[in-house]
Amino acid sequence: MITTATVLGLDPAKWSEVLVATGDTLLMLAGALPLTLLLGLPLGVLLFLSDARQRLENRWLHGALALLVNLVRSAPFIILMIVLIPVTLRLMGTSLGVRGAILPLVVGAVPFYARLVETALREVHPGVIEASEAMGATTGQLIRRVLLPEAMPGLLAGATVTAVALIGFTAMGGAIGSGGLGDLAYRDGYLRSQTSVAVVTVALLLIIVQILQWLGDRLVRHFNRR
Amino acid sequence: MIQFKNIGKSYATAAGETVALRPLDLEIRQGEIFGIIGQSGAGKSTLLRLINGLERPSQGQVLVDGQDIAALPDPELRAARRRIGMIFQHFNLLSSQTVANNVAFPLQMAGMKRADIDQRVAQLLDRVGLRALADRYPAQLSGGQKQRVGIARALATQPQLLLCDEATSALDPQTTQSILRLLADLNRELGLTIVLITHEMEVVRSICHRVAVLDAGQLVESGPVTQVFLHPAHPTTRQFVVDAEHLDEDEQHRALEAVPGRILRLTFLGSDTYRPLLGQVARQTGVDYTILGGRIGRIRDTPYGQLTIALTDGDATAAVARLEQAGVHVEVLRA
Repeated sequence: MITTATVLGLDPAKWSEVLVATGDTLLMLAGALPLTLLLGLPLGVLLFLSDARQRLENRWLHGALALLVNLVRSAPFIILMIVLIPVTLRLMGTSLGVRGAILPLVVGAVPFYARLVETALREVHPGVIEASEAMGATTGQLIRRVLLPEAMPGLLAGATVTAVALIGFTAMGGAIGSGGLGDLAYRDGYLRSQTSVAVVTVALLLIIVQILQWLGDRLVRHFNRR
Repeated sequence: MIQFKNIGKSYATAAGETVALRPLDLEIRQGEIFGIIGQSGAGKSTLLRLINGLERPSQGQVLVDGQDIAALPDPELRAARRRIGMIFQHFNLLSSQTVANNVAFPLQMAGMKRADIDQRVAQLLDRVGLRALADRYPAQLSGGQKQRVGIARALATQPQLLLCDEATSALDPQTTQSILRLLADLNRELGLTIVLITHEMEVVRSICHRVAVLDAGQLVESGPVTQVFLHPAHPTTRQFVVDAEHLDEDEQHRALEAVPGRILRLTFLGSDTYRPLLGQVARQTGVDYTILGGRIGRIRDTPYGQLTIALTDGDATAAVARLEQAGVHVEVLRA
């Protein structure tokens, strides 16, 4: 009778489903987070540098970037996913599962992270930027040697917030068949009223979020010299 | 070394055009410490930043070693900036980098080799007395130490010219003195030309050779510090001197009304300050004198004394002539 023993109200078959879903959630995060940071960072830097009184001041560029970023950020993620289905199909071959979720996750999270990057860069002391101008820094040197190192704690804190937001996004992915813990919580926990599934998946999501936050906080502390 | 030619700066603001600097001409010579003094908003910060192109003039030219800074294309401007050091009121160090890396920063940007950088950084930190703190972060330093890091960083690329933006305004008086001494030493040892802006006459008196006074965007007075400090012509300059010397002009003027005789202001400069001139002249001409007020001190290394006295009896005219003959500057406040 061991095979039918239940733990926390779930039988072993359900547990293996939970395990797969946890793996899917982590896979989606692992696929989407690096791409998000990689694309969001330059976008955020450009947003900052094109703003008034900055090195690459350009009202039109800044306005256009800000509009694009706000457009994506104001669209509910679920709508974004649906709109992106044709693009996802063409680029990834499928709009389902972990593979199909990466693209909409990245598209949704890049503007989010870019804004956090911009905010972190605004915290860099303007005097430090002026000093590097006075020392004859090129724009590349300004970015690599001044802005990014000086804003590192803020950039890492932003990355942490973005990672947690991505976990939230993946939960919505269930609606278009992405899988993952959120999907399981929605299908079994809500549609089939299996409360224990909902409780377990939410607990697992909480654990993932806690670990991400803890990691992020540690990194921020490591890089903070102020 | 630096020539401002009819240079002016105005900004377009929502309220219309704001003039930061009225057109002015000024020359700063190789090897001197030149002070620019003014209240906040007087335009001194703008004037300083025109020298390394952080501000662009609305009219006129700034020539640094004959180069028109505003006309330089970007790469040449960056190269010119590497030949001009700058230090700041709030130090503006990279908070994420150690002391050594902060000093190495301009050298890395200039593309120097790692081994050469390490050697140069060690030299520089020795010179400013911070070698032991090479691996600290700026947040772990005192204000004076941070400014020393700023100076080492500014001198890293061996510039001929150092711009100081209120470099001692965030420091306590004692630390201010030690930073000023360091700047004066560097000026002497390296022949470094220093342009500093400040709102404290005390800074100008301690180390500057010449000074320009700015008031509301206008150059109101300039010349050798001995001249401007002892014989201020413009009311703004006078106010700076009065504040620096803790003179109470009102009290002096009230005292003058009650005193009989001729009232003179005598200015002694250099070794004259220590000669017993006043007593000699009094004996020779039979005048009596009362000292009503005065100040003594040093402008850089030059001692000065300035006394307000009342002369009674004897031959006052001969006394004045003898004092002037001895090199004393005599100003008649009341005949």
